[in-house]
Amino acid sequence: MQLGRRLVLRGSLALAALATLPRVLLAAAWPEKAFGSTAAGQAMIDLLGTDQTTASDAITLQVPEIAENGAVVPVTITTTLENVESISIVVKNNPRPLAATFEMSPGTLADISSRIKMGETSDVMAIVKTDAGIFSTSKQVKVTIGGCGG
Amino acid sequence: MAGKIKIKTKLTGDVAEIKSLMLHPMETGSRKDPDTGEVVPAHYITQLTFANNGKVVMVANFSTAVSKNPYFGFKFSGASAGDTLKTSWVDNVGGADELETTL
Repeated sequence: MQLGRRLVLRGSLALAALATLPRVLLAAAWPEKAFGSTAAGQAMIDLLGTDQTTASDAITLQVPEIAENGAVVPVTITTTLENVESISIVVKNNPRPLAATFEMSPGTLADISSRIKMGETSDVMAIVKTDAGIFSTSKQVKVTIGGCGG
Repeated sequence: MAGKIKIKTKLTGDVAEIKSLMLHPMETGSRKDPDTGEVVPAHYITQLTFANNGKVVMVANFSTAVSKNPYFGFKFSGASAGDTLKTSWVDNVGGADELETTL
């Protein structure tokens, strides 16, 4: 009987958790699965449906060659590609490679900058999704002090 | 949670350049507190949204790999002086903040 009660209790806790779901659903566009992926290829499949990208020199990825502090690595991505739908940053050797993804609106220029954390030296990929396909470029960033905690 | 967003805007023609800075710890969930040795729970901004006069111009989805006190800059066209730019974010534990600025 004791065990049965525990189960009921657990069940009601699960229901309570379900009740808080709507708040999560509001941010449904946040690609939880892709962000949770531990391999760069899988993260790209989860986010874009494929890990195949076309290398493009129409994308400019500005990152430092050597980042002394992996906790703050400036990244700037611009592209002359047209009809950009999204821009994503993937750090191949990070525990969770997908760092960020930016959803563009028609009037938004393909020119974004941010700062990311890198655990170790890694290739950084800029992935640009347009109505014509998925394009990317990548650069290696050497990290002297990792920035992923621990 | 107010006052944790800083925005700088610059209007050139109809192109607005936005630079934003959020005050947020962006904890990865894998860092250990150096004093207690306990893992600091993940606490990070998941989504940052910009809307100009009510029209969404940018949605930035962040992971824990975005640096502490995130900086984010972008540009959009079709802006004019006097437009209201609303910046808002939500984090993984239900925290949120928003700020309205005039271009």
